[in-house]
Amino acid sequence: MINLGPGALSGKNRADHLLIAEMVEPGSRVLDVGCADGALLRLLASSRGVDARGIEISQAGVNDCVSKGLSVIQGDADTDLNDYPDDSFDYVILSQTLQATQRPKVVLENMLRIGRHAVVSFPNFGHWRIRMQLLLWGRMPVTPGLSSPWYETQNIHFCTIRDFVELTESLGAHIERAVAINQLGAPLRLSAPWWVWNMFGEQAVFLLSRRK
Amino acid sequence: MSTVVPPLTAAGGEATNPSSKTIVFAADAPLQMECGVILAPFTIAYQTYGVLNAERSNAVLVCHALTGDQHVSNTHPVTGKPGWWETMVGPGRPIDTNSFFVICSNVLGGCMGTTGPAAVNPATGKAFGLEMPIVTIKDMVRAQSMLIDHLGIDQLFCVAGGSMGGMQVLQWAASYPDRIFAALPIATAARHSSQNIAFHEVGRQAVMADPNWRGGRYLEEGTRPEKGLAVARMAAHITYMSDDSLHRKFGRKLQERSAPTFSFDADFQVESYLRHQGSTFVERFDANSYLYVTRAMDYFDLAADYGGLLAKAFRSIKTRFCVVSFNSDWLFPTTESRAIVHALNAGGASVSFVEIDTNKGHDAFLLDIPDLISTTRGFLDSAARARGLKVADAS
Repeated sequence: MINLGPGALSGKNRADHLLIAEMVEPGSRVLDVGCADGALLRLLASSRGVDARGIEISQAGVNDCVSKGLSVIQGDADTDLNDYPDDSFDYVILSQTLQATQRPKVVLENMLRIGRHAVVSFPNFGHWRIRMQLLLWGRMPVTPGLSSPWYETQNIHFCTIRDFVELTESLGAHIERAVAINQLGAPLRLSAPWWVWNMFGEQAVFLLSRRK
Repeated sequence: MSTVVPPLTAAGGEATNPSSKTIVFAADAPLQMECGVILAPFTIAYQTYGVLNAERSNAVLVCHALTGDQHVSNTHPVTGKPGWWETMVGPGRPIDTNSFFVICSNVLGGCMGTTGPAAVNPATGKAFGLEMPIVTIKDMVRAQSMLIDHLGIDQLFCVAGGSMGGMQVLQWAASYPDRIFAALPIATAARHSSQNIAFHEVGRQAVMADPNWRGGRYLEEGTRPEKGLAVARMAAHITYMSDDSLHRKFGRKLQERSAPTFSFDADFQVESYLRHQGSTFVERFDANSYLYVTRAMDYFDLAADYGGLLAKAFRSIKTRFCVVSFNSDWLFPTTESRAIVHALNAGGASVSFVEIDTNKGHDAFLLDIPDLISTTRGFLDSAARARGLKVADAS
């Protein structure tokens, strides 16, 4: 693991945030789409020294970020990414937000247009617990990571790791790195085949780039 | 002065003899105005707060709104009221005078000591009146840049302002991008909307319809178009509030009576309030100045100088921006701020954008709104760290 620098691991950083921070080159320009309270932006700024910007749909989240000194604007991943020029960032990050967008494919296309790289973390709907809930009880899955019932969840476009890989192929994106992590936040063995990831990965983090 | 000396009204007094520092730019430092006139000599009246550091890197320019002035954070010399932005500017405030050197100048065309229609035209010895050339936002900013030069400041740490002050902030960013490290435009727009021009025209026509306006020569003739100016202010004041805030404040409550009088008296509290706003305004503001400054806002269209593309006004700008709007502001609605944010993004600028939830309407930028305070503090503190400035502990 790359050393993230002092302080990076001291707080309660989310497992996917730590993996994302590892994938981002120090000193680069980063846009975090759906940055919520700015936890990842702060981690990236402090541990990687990046020029960090954010977009967040909830005004309360934006106000929180700006009052903490982060550079964040209120906006919607589905509509407002269109306003960003090509190649304006080194990395465009979407952490645990893809499944809440209206048009995930368009969002990904935009990310790969705006940034040289796209980093995406998402919950894996192919995880065995989720499969079991549907298979055994015939109920929409509710897990510690995805705790809202179906009628309240903002997550409208779930996918499995396999589904996501297929989407990146259809976009002609190159997978530079991929990591699946279990519910404890530990990465699965790199040598494990895709079906193992798809079964035991609770979430996944992908580093993508445009195919040359 | 001419033999017909006008009654020395409060506004007239401050216009010619301000309770502020002044700098006179002589004929060797003229102001090239957008309308083509070369203005010389001219005066800028300004206030400063705090101390300029040795590196001259901690200066914050505050730009005032339409009927504001340079008295940001001190007792007003005419009204005796606190400064108009004491919630934001002062020791321990977000624009902290313990950390920053704060400058605010009266705008060109104003009536508190900077050259404007109520000031004396040196060519005639009489008040300029309508002989004052038409002033634009760009002219105001160019004059401010000359003041900043005079103070020996190369780069301002921040330029901040609301409404017309916000227009000046945007113009500063477009005209002098290398001279501002951070910018805080609040409740503003990159162009004045048709609806807003229309409101201003109503106000100007009210002033000009007053027989005491005398074709703009009222100072010479010893009259004042107080009624016209008061009506202009009353109409404008409605646009500064929201339907909700007026309703909460007054509803349909009657003024010191239990039943309607079936007359045109100020039966309703809201009428009484507006009349009061009108009558207090005329004590401190010059009617011709109101014409000039409203006109400056009307002419503002930043994108027009850049082929209609606002993003070009901000191309490759290094300044950090924080754009703020209020959701109940219908005079400068959030859509206007969003257009600024889109242009800044397209230009690759560092920009934050906050829409603050309040029912106070456009006037919110002048009020003690906790989200405005915390946003400004967070933005300025982080910008100060990036600039390498020491920031006083606010707590």
